[in-house]
Amino acid sequence: MSNYNKSYEVVVVGAGHAGCEAALAAARMGCSTLLLTIGLDTVAQMSCNPSIGGLAKGHLVHEIDAMGGEMGVNIDATGIQFRRLNTRKGPAVRAARAQADRMAYSARMKNVIEAEPLLDLKQGLVDELLVEKNRVVGVRTREGLDFYGRTVVLTTGTFMRGLIHIGLNHYAGGRAGEPSAEGISGSLRAQGFRVGRLKTGTPARLSARSIDFSKLERQPGDKVIKPFSFMTDKIERGQVDCYIAETNETTHQIIRDGLDQSPLFAGVIEGVGPRYCPSIEDKVVRFPEKKSHQSFLEPEGVCGSEMYPSGLSTSLPLDVQLAYFRSMVGFEQVEIMRPGYAIEYDFVEPMQLSASLETRAVGGLFHAGQINGTSGYEEAAGQGLLAGINAARQCQDRDPIIIGRDVAYLGVMVDDLITQPTTDPYRMFTSRSEYRLLLREDNADQRLTELGRTIGLVGDARWQRYLEKQQQVGAATRIIKGGSVTSSNRDIVKKLQLGNLKSGLSLEQLLRRPEINITHLKEFYPGLGDFSAQALEQVEIAVKYDGYIKRQLEQVERFREQENLKIPDDIDYDAIQSISTEVREKLKKIKPISLGHAGRIQGVTPAALAVIQIYLRKQYHA
Amino acid sequence: MNTTDTIIAPATASGDGGIAIVRISGADARSALSAHFKTSSNRLELESHRLYHGYLLDFDGTPIDEVMAVYMAAPHTYTRDDVVEIHCHGSQQVVKSILNLYQSQGLRLADPGEFTYRAYVNGRLDLSQAEAVSSLIHAKSDSSRRLALSQVDGLLSRQIYSFAATLKRLLVLVEAWIDFPEEDLPAEDLVTITATFAQIVAEISVITNSYGCGRVLAEGASILLVGQPNVGKSSLLNALLGEDRAIVTSVPGTTRDLLEEGLTIEGVPVRLVDTAGLRESSDVVELEGIKRAEKKLAEADLVLFVVDSGQELNDRDFYVHSQCIGHPAFLVMAKSDIGKSIGDLSFCDFPAYRVSAKTGSGLDELRRAISTFLLDGYRPASETVMLTERRHYEALLFCLDNLKRAITLANDGSSLELLAFELREALYYLGQISGETTTEALLDDIFSNFCIGK
Ligand SMILES: Nc1nc2c(ncn2[C@@H]2O[C@H](COP(=O)(O)OP(=O)(O)OP(=O)(O)O)[C@@H](O)[C@H]2O)c(=O)[nH]1
Ligand SMILES: [Mg+2]
Repeated sequence: MSNYNKSYEVVVVGAGHAGCEAALAAARMGCSTLLLTIGLDTVAQMSCNPSIGGLAKGHLVHEIDAMGGEMGVNIDATGIQFRRLNTRKGPAVRAARAQADRMAYSARMKNVIEAEPLLDLKQGLVDELLVEKNRVVGVRTREGLDFYGRTVVLTTGTFMRGLIHIGLNHYAGGRAGEPSAEGISGSLRAQGFRVGRLKTGTPARLSARSIDFSKLERQPGDKVIKPFSFMTDKIERGQVDCYIAETNETTHQIIRDGLDQSPLFAGVIEGVGPRYCPSIEDKVVRFPEKKSHQSFLEPEGVCGSEMYPSGLSTSLPLDVQLAYFRSMVGFEQVEIMRPGYAIEYDFVEPMQLSASLETRAVGGLFHAGQINGTSGYEEAAGQGLLAGINAARQCQDRDPIIIGRDVAYLGVMVDDLITQPTTDPYRMFTSRSEYRLLLREDNADQRLTELGRTIGLVGDARWQRYLEKQQQVGAATRIIKGGSVTSSNRDIVKKLQLGNLKSGLSLEQLLRRPEINITHLKEFYPGLGDFSAQALEQVEIAVKYDGYIKRQLEQVERFREQENLKIPDDIDYDAIQSISTEVREKLKKIKPISLGHAGRIQGVTPAALAVIQIYLRKQYHA
Repeated sequence: MNTTDTIIAPATASGDGGIAIVRISGADARSALSAHFKTSSNRLELESHRLYHGYLLDFDGTPIDEVMAVYMAAPHTYTRDDVVEIHCHGSQQVVKSILNLYQSQGLRLADPGEFTYRAYVNGRLDLSQAEAVSSLIHAKSDSSRRLALSQVDGLLSRQIYSFAATLKRLLVLVEAWIDFPEEDLPAEDLVTITATFAQIVAEISVITNSYGCGRVLAEGASILLVGQPNVGKSSLLNALLGEDRAIVTSVPGTTRDLLEEGLTIEGVPVRLVDTAGLRESSDVVELEGIKRAEKKLAEADLVLFVVDSGQELNDRDFYVHSQCIGHPAFLVMAKSDIGKSIGDLSFCDFPAYRVSAKTGSGLDELRRAISTFLLDGYRPASETVMLTERRHYEALLFCLDNLKRAITLANDGSSLELLAFELREALYYLGQISGETTTEALLDDIFSNFCIGK
């Protein structure tokens, strides 16, 4: 054994989307940080679809950005098609999505990491976790090199005992073309962690040259682009189109005929796949009545020729993959550049974490990303950011940052992870958030910039910009609250068809009308013209959704009451006899931090909660 | 509250009834029984859920009473713990001896509602069932008991669950539309959804409309007798009651304070409140009585404004009438046996009835009118849900508000997340009834309402 003659405060294992955020956050907070990765050429690699954002995921990216994370800035710099979803629905459920130039995304992130002063990026395959007296002290690589760190953030993605399936063939691998990490999960098991197995998959990549795009429906991006990051003014990169392709009955028949060679249906795969992202063979079998499935055909970059056909992930053998693609319109001559495959990997049940993402069993050890049973770049990045922040704070003797469900999707995600059993890879949805109307993309900055500033991740430029926006929102609000329209304002009355205004109308009342928006008013109240579109948007939403926002805030109030009833760490659930054994076991396992948290544990009935509360009151006079 | 020790309490109301039941629940229930119970067939092992005849013996082996006893093994019991029931002779003395015997051996006398609390904690009852048990204990008449039983049975819960299931189903759809704008989902068809909302609104409205009547049946209605002194209020009370409770004299101002009597009128439990005649007075005691009567007016479910058929109407009658305006009231012309023309009654648009406490004429008609009025024409059929709890009633009203707003939103084509918001809140309120969501304060209320032994 040899050891690298430098010891770090934070060691991050894995340079995927979680690892990059974790390492950047820790280094930017002033900790000497090491980012160790299997391959230096695959930093922030998009292993599956070349896109960032979408419903709820876009929300996460905005939150990461508001706290000073990198993902939003990175996608803005490398996005080649931006599209806002749900534009006809309300502001809370509108979300940004962008196709990335995959190589550019990865290259830019690598540059940012390399430029970060306190951060060392190194290649190395971690084989073992070094633990002394229930506290992590570092990691050992395959080469027998020890790296010491006061804290370690594990972001292993699909690499832990990764097993790639293509047809009935399978081999060890962490991602197509890369080795798996065989040692770490064993070392985690040895520490007593419960390790489970999950599965995910990706479709084949097709050669653009071999596709007849004239037969496919073109899907352009938005003309007016709203960037992800609060700091981005304009998207510079040239934009490209996507296309829509469709499977048909022949495709489905080919798939059905190939099922005997599917590892999924042959029972070779034991890991559970994501319910919201089934393989094409799964869809064909489970929904036989559907005659066709849609696929968005997304370019993986502007330079290369690879195309990503969404919704067609598979683990069928390559010949079956080729045959079913060629049965599709526009794909008659298609060439597969990389086969689709399924991958099984180890994850560590996240209920073993506390809300800081530190493991409860081993001090200083943090988990983020797919190791926690999640899927998605954005989910990974969000956890990475939080784990990096909390690892750094631990080194600096500060309390961990825990974000509430009422504050951000980040908080919803962590709370879900540490509370709900993982049945399949966890993905964020807006419906997971009870306080959805408050947790919008458009106000992520208002929700989290101050927190980011306190933590030390929000620099002066962002902070100044934020303060300026807040000041504009305030000023614009005063104009809207103060102003009114009477019949003497002929221009407005005529232009907005307000008819006969007998008693006058406050601007607020006017803005509340569904057909009127704040840009209408800008024309008549030049004062409003001085403010940014983002500031005006906040004023408009606050007025238009006033009633619902108030009601949602009341719900938050009720929620906080329960969250504030803290359950002490040392509570002895065995002393509370009138709860069922099943509930008791769950409580012991999850160790809820508050009565509200306990109530979210499956199977913990209101009656059990009442009993716990009575017990707490008696025992602790809470 | 300790929910693990073994508790004991009489399960039947106190008073010397025919048979009393003493109930024991908890881990020691079985041994407590076998230590002191000798079956007439000399069996040693008692089978679960079988009723045995025998004697309950004191420490020294002397029989306390001839009893029937049953041991019921968990979990198929009221509390889901081991339960023993001893059916003894219903004398308070016997019940007391049995309680003494077991308390001296370490069993604890149950707190009010504690058996039901355990049933609830052990998952046997949901909240609305537990509350129904509470009404059952407090039931004052046959129809109240039937009503409470139907809720213990879970009729209300079943309805609530079915509404919740339907709403949840629609919420799922709406959430899918929100979260998966790019998948091909069933078309965003708000028309069908709105139709379903409307249907649930109608069904919940039927239930909320039953609240007044349900509450009257469960808690009893209060009927206030008012009128100027000496018009025959106390006599009317005695007549309706069928016995002489109130003092009747020919001296005006006999009744000085409120006198309350419980009775059943046509199956409806009623508290009849006799008052001091309303008049201007200088007597301090009487004044206080009058003051209380006026206060009671606001709380009464029905006011009987009594006038004397043997007297010309006068200012004092008009004064009393003015006090009654705005409250649900009947005009009762008492002493109809000496009736003569007492003047123009058109000043008063209350339904009017002529009765005589002396001959009993008109009493039946008055009874029928009272019960019809209190039940609001509502005839509780066996399969309808009736609301008796204010908490349920309020939760359903909130739920109705949510659903009505949801309908408006859908009709206006407002965005789906607002619709989802209303649906989630509607479900939250339904959960308040079924106990899916709850707070501790709520539980406190429920369980402090209970009587010993249920
Ligand atoms: N003939 C006849 N006399 C009645 C009848 N009811 C009451 N009286 C007489 O009327 C007098 C007053 O009766 P109460 O019942 O005491 O009258 P009240 O309204 O309660 O009087 P206060 O308590 O003094 O306000 C008594 O002398 C009764 O005997 C009736 O139906 N017929
Ligand atoms: Mg009287």
